[in-house]
Amino acid sequence: MNFDFSDDQKVLRDQARKFLGQHAAPARVRKVLEGDAPYDVELWRGMAEQGWPGTAIPESYGGAGFGYLELCVIAEELGRSLAPTPFASSIYLAAEALLLAGSDAQKKAWLPKLAMGETIGCFAFAEGPGTPTAKSIATRARDGRISGTKMPVPDGDVADLAVVVARTSEGAGDDALSLFLVDLRANGVTRTSVKTVDPTRSHGRVVFDGAPAEPLGATGAGAALVRKLLDRAAVLVAFEQVGGAQAALDMAREYAMGRFAFGRPIASFQAIKHKLVDMYVALELARSNAYYGAWALSTNAAELPVAAAAARVSATEAFWLAAKENIQTHGGMGFTWEFDCHLYYRRAKLLALQLGSARRWKHELMARLTKAA
Amino acid sequence: MDFTDTKDEAAFRSAARAWLAKNAEPKRGAFETWDARYGDEALPRAKDYQRRKAEAGFAGITWPKEYGGRGGTAIEQVIWSQEELEYIAPRGYFEIGLGMIMPTLFAYATEEQKRRYPPKALRGDEIWCQLFSEPAAGSDLAGLRTRAVKDGSDWVINGQKIWTSGAHRADYGVVVTRSDPNAAKHKGLTYFFLDMKSPGIEIRRIKQISGASNFNEVYFTDVRIPDSQRLGAVGGGWGVAITTLMNERLTSGELRGPDWDELLGIARSTELEDGPALADAGVRERLADWYVKRQGLRWTRFRVMTALSRGETPGPENSIGKLVAAAQAQDMAAFAMDLMDMGGMVSDPELAPMRAAFQDAVLSSPGSRIAAGTDEILKNIIAERVLGLPADVRVDKDVAFKDLPASKR
Repeated sequence: MNFDFSDDQKVLRDQARKFLGQHAAPARVRKVLEGDAPYDVELWRGMAEQGWPGTAIPESYGGAGFGYLELCVIAEELGRSLAPTPFASSIYLAAEALLLAGSDAQKKAWLPKLAMGETIGCFAFAEGPGTPTAKSIATRARDGRISGTKMPVPDGDVADLAVVVARTSEGAGDDALSLFLVDLRANGVTRTSVKTVDPTRSHGRVVFDGAPAEPLGATGAGAALVRKLLDRAAVLVAFEQVGGAQAALDMAREYAMGRFAFGRPIASFQAIKHKLVDMYVALELARSNAYYGAWALSTNAAELPVAAAAARVSATEAFWLAAKENIQTHGGMGFTWEFDCHLYYRRAKLLALQLGSARRWKHELMARLTKAA
Repeated sequence: MDFTDTKDEAAFRSAARAWLAKNAEPKRGAFETWDARYGDEALPRAKDYQRRKAEAGFAGITWPKEYGGRGGTAIEQVIWSQEELEYIAPRGYFEIGLGMIMPTLFAYATEEQKRRYPPKALRGDEIWCQLFSEPAAGSDLAGLRTRAVKDGSDWVINGQKIWTSGAHRADYGVVVTRSDPNAAKHKGLTYFFLDMKSPGIEIRRIKQISGASNFNEVYFTDVRIPDSQRLGAVGGGWGVAITTLMNERLTSGELRGPDWDELLGIARSTELEDGPALADAGVRERLADWYVKRQGLRWTRFRVMTALSRGETPGPENSIGKLVAAAQAQDMAAFAMDLMDMGGMVSDPELAPMRAAFQDAVLSSPGSRIAAGTDEILKNIIAERVLGLPADVRVDKDVAFKDLPASKR
């Protein structure tokens, strides 16, 4: 039994924590929150110098060729620090989509640049409120051209490359969708930034008007590929959520220890203690579910679809609970702009939606569990 | 990251499997218990099974060899428990004695006592019970009032204990008493072991809301205990009691009773207004919530096993197990009954689905949220020991016990 990260992976975690402690401290995150820059370019460059984007990309495509466990370790630290960079879009989604479905030529063309952090990738799926499905997606691709509007697209306003989910036939069946690679710098692409609940992560509205689009994977395989892609990303984002939840719990704990009321630290009141314990319990359950997801992802196990959905639901709930109760623990100061509580609160809600809501993942989970039986 | 046994662990597991295949009976249904299968024969058969288990070296796996144990590792104990769970095995007879009381004897008894008592307990020849809680001392155990007064080389005990599991079949017990009411609460306690057949002991069964009787009230009237059976110093009983209770947390295993898979079975087989319950979106969401928590606990146990496998002491993550599982068992049982709608009221095992396992669980689960630490006490423990939050302000610390206010009865 060895259900834990290795010593080498823990060294990597410590290095990542130290690096992000220096280069992605809350004051830096706040600069993106309050400034015009869509992300922290300097931090992104620094992360690329550390080689993080290429962690799980094979050496033959310019990556470091470690593995997904190492990527999970980094993801947890990115979540803890709230690092304002396009890492998730570029690596968990764009690079993963290429690894899943790309031809050798496509991988050779894009993965080395993604691994170096020179190119930023994104995943364009949603088309406004509601769940994007084969029934609802209107973006249409035919004869190498794509047209339609994607919104919101995480990092869509800053990315160079998009993996786009588009319709290739009429009808509402899963085989109506396909994936495409679109160079966002090409003609026929118009992009604007979109304001979201978490300005520390950049989002765009991307309008395609006959832009050149290259099929990624087989025509009609889009829905199946999206499911696989989201499962893989869900495990990685679960680690970000676990990291964020831990940071919010740590922050609440520290404040409660130092805040005196009625002649004693508020951390000595059971109402506060039990609140923090509820956060801790949810976090540990989420951490354990995320570990199992990491195992399934790193071994490409048949259990991955169930493991990923459980990790996603568990981590989403843990981060949300920790982030909202962190504000309550702080009392009035907790909902001021000045205190950092809202940074975690915003990120918790953003990550809860970014790969689809917990409600949707619960239904996915049940579909997978009852199909297997 | 992997789930495979080490070479030594695999060898131990296969030895355990081989012994169980030969010596234990497979379960006929998921919830069949030893007591239900063997009825009046349950106790003698339990003792027989325990003797054979001890002779094969699978009882007292982590105990020192000189007291009859195997001298094995904590991970071997976990592996044994996993394998034995597949079979019908006696539960509730020996765990308290072997898991909580004997480790206390190892820490506090004389060499002669350590050679006399643990081997017999291990073989199931002698059963032990733990006389701790009192009507006025539950979560606040140190508020206990059973008096011990020194008389020559004996102590004379008067008072009442409650919630004593298995006292009615126990040969020996350990008891925490108040030897000095003038000392502060935690400082006036003394700990003994005693023969449960001693004159002056009266045992009354407690009937629980489920109808079962797993616990007793035990009354002490001028019961004499030789001073040689004192464990720890006079006035040092609290520290000894903590030793026993620390081992309780290692002993408390998985809860028995219907779990998520059984709830899924009910959802599959029960028709609601729009078809099978399992097709209902609301039902599916709740099933998903409980599945995720159940899996979270399962993988948490694997993290604990990993620490044990490395010879480390498991971290605090183990402490969340009962807190989450007990409340969830209650919620799932109540929900299963809801799915059965009006028919869910029926608790006759001949008429209710799964032999009324969920109806039984609704009545037994409140106890799981209290035994071995209430939800609230467990949260306090996690808050203070894991999160390092300050202890509550105490009004009972530097006051003589006799001067503390008490409940009106």
